Amino acid sequence: MQPVVKLEDIHKTYSNGEIEVRAVRGVSLEIHQGEFVALMGASGSGKSTLMNMLGCLDRPTSGRYLLDGIDVSSLDRNERADIRNQKLGFVFQGFNLLARTTALENVELPMLYAKKRISSREMRERAMQALDIVGLSKRFDHYPSQLSGGQQQRVAIARALVNQPQVLLADEPTGNLDSKTSVEVMGVFQKLNDQGITILMVTHELDIASYCKRNLILRDGVIVSDVQVSPRLMADEELRKLAAAEAAAKLTDAPSAH
Amino acid sequence: MRFVATLIIAFRALRRNKLRSVLTALGMIIGVGAVIAMVSMGNGAKAQVEAQIAGLGQNVISIFPGSMTSGGLRGGWGSASTLSVDDAEAIKREIPGAIGVSVEVRDRQQVMANGLNWNTSVSGVSPDYLDVRAWPLADGEFFSDNDVRTTAKVCVIGKTIADQLFAGTDPIGQNIRVRNIPMRVIGVLGSKGFNFFGQDQDDVLLVPYTTAMKRVTRRDRINSILVQAPSQESMERVQEEVTALLQQRRQGREPDFTVRNQLEIAEVATASSKTMTALLAGIAFVSLVVGGIGIMNIMLVSVTERTREIGIRLAVGAHGKDVLMQFLTEAVVLSVLGGALGILLGIGTAQGLAIWKGWPVEISTASVVVAFFFSAAVGIFFGFYPARKAAQLDPIDALRYE
Ligand SMILES: Nc1ncnc2c1ncn2[C@@H]1O[C@H](COP(=O)(O)OP(=O)(O)OP(=O)(O)O)[C@@H](O)[C@H]1O
Ligand SMILES: [Mg+2]
Repeated sequence: MQPVVKLEDIHKTYSNGEIEVRAVRGVSLEIHQGEFVALMGASGSGKSTLMNMLGCLDRPTSGRYLLDGIDVSSLDRNERADIRNQKLGFVFQGFNLLARTTALENVELPMLYAKKRISSREMRERAMQALDIVGLSKRFDHYPSQLSGGQQQRVAIARALVNQPQVLLADEPTGNLDSKTSVEVMGVFQKLNDQGITILMVTHELDIASYCKRNLILRDGVIVSDVQVSPRLMADEELRKLAAAEAAAKLTDAPSAH
Repeated sequence: MRFVATLIIAFRALRRNKLRSVLTALGMIIGVGAVIAMVSMGNGAKAQVEAQIAGLGQNVISIFPGSMTSGGLRGGWGSASTLSVDDAEAIKREIPGAIGVSVEVRDRQQVMANGLNWNTSVSGVSPDYLDVRAWPLADGEFFSDNDVRTTAKVCVIGKTIADQLFAGTDPIGQNIRVRNIPMRVIGVLGSKGFNFFGQDQDDVLLVPYTTAMKRVTRRDRINSILVQAPSQESMERVQEEVTALLQQRRQGREPDFTVRNQLEIAEVATASSKTMTALLAGIAFVSLVVGGIGIMNIMLVSVTERTREIGIRLAVGAHGKDVLMQFLTEAVVLSVLGGALGILLGIGTAQGLAIWKGWPVEISTASVVVAFFFSAAVGIFFGFYPARKAAQLDPIDALRYE
């Protein structure tokens, strides 16, 4: 079967005047349908640079990037915008939601830029479905400022999902969240992955990476490790354990308060 | 083109910043409102002047005694009194284009009737006078050549005098005493209202000019001769013929008369009202441009302020063109809404001035239509640069922007 993502010797060099930064130095990679990959590495190792290229937000200096068999490194600005809109979902570390705009309207955003015109009713329905998947359909009319960090990130995930992309890309989606909320977000990802969506995410934290199926480690712009995860953590189970531990802490806390 | 989507996006963006949207549109509201109000005032003034010029009569040529230069000394109009009834008769006799000729002898007198008295303008004129001035009679009849020949003691009065001296009764057949001489009222003039200089044109008493010279002014002097040409086109030719004839009658002496046609007088009067309209429109136009610059300023600030928003839009699949159209639409919606409100404000102001201050206003549909399309054009013109700036942003640069 043909891989969903295929990178062939990708390089990215930033040049600001005299200084050249070789952020990515020859990455070749294949990711297949249904995979759930964590990309790890030290700060400055080139993870975000690689993710931006995968997300068609940036172009490699050299190398070939085949998305679903299409060579996207040769596409122009508008064609890449259409790829981002139709085939990719991108979740940012900083959420990047539109301020003073309801959760529902934020999720509708990618549909406003869809190639084919979507009726407002259908937009609303699909946005509500996406919010339902991330468990936020009750908060559809809340503004980002009225939502917690984890809820905002889930709105961002719903937005990434709403055009039914083949690949979901997430750059440190849990970077701004506490550990419990992080596990909740990983639970959403695992559920989506079970439904067949290919996911590639960046993380710093080893335990978050162990919710994924495959771990890549990037160092100085090259992949130095590529392993399948075992044992793999399941978010549902961990959340149950966490809840039990919390309850226990309260039980033991209560007497000590006296 | 994702037209509907663009409209939705622009309206959502404007709604998110209500206060800013309102303040931005305010510039347009005031600008367009000022244009409409000022053009209405200018038009009103112009229409009033035009009506009064028309009230001077139909294709009238006026001849005044005295001339601009006389033997090196410049006398004003009417400074010498060499213009005579003979001149008027010669014009009538010898110039076929002079279809109506009237002399005018003016004086102010205290007149009395019914035990009331009133100070008014007494004019001695010829039987052609009403035709020349295109002045209809409201009642009765005008005096005849025979009345002129016999220096008849008859008069025709304006509406103001009729109201002042004969309130509630029919003036026809009654007597008015002018210089203690009773004159029988044989007609009442139609109302003409106030003229350009604010004088009441209905405050007038007309008598045959012979009567005026013999019994009222007791002098030979006449104030002017009015000549009516058959058409506007022939006015200049008749004017030349009149000038030539009077010149010939003076046998080489310095010209002691001045001939003016109605168009020349109208030009002077309308020129000033045109200058006024142009000035008002100029001021209003400046405020429109200021309103447009206000829109550009806010749009530019908002492009910088909303760089992240633009980055997000581009990241989820917006084309540069979509962003361009969004910002352009925002600018146009603001300016058109502002323009529409401005039109209402302008019409309201003009109507208010008409009602409360009694100013002559005339709201022209053309100015409303022009102001509306102009405001849309201002939106496009001043919105384009910021919109293009937004559209050219790179998605990652925009997302990284703090
Ligand atoms: N726009 C840019 N211009 C110049 N250099 C850049 C630019 N973006 C990134 N770099 C450089 O490229 C290298 C890789 O950066 P990148 O952001 O990919 O690292 P990262 O692995 O995502 O780090 P972190 O974990 O801190 O997010 C760094 O040395 C960085 O300084
Ligand atoms: Mg990074």
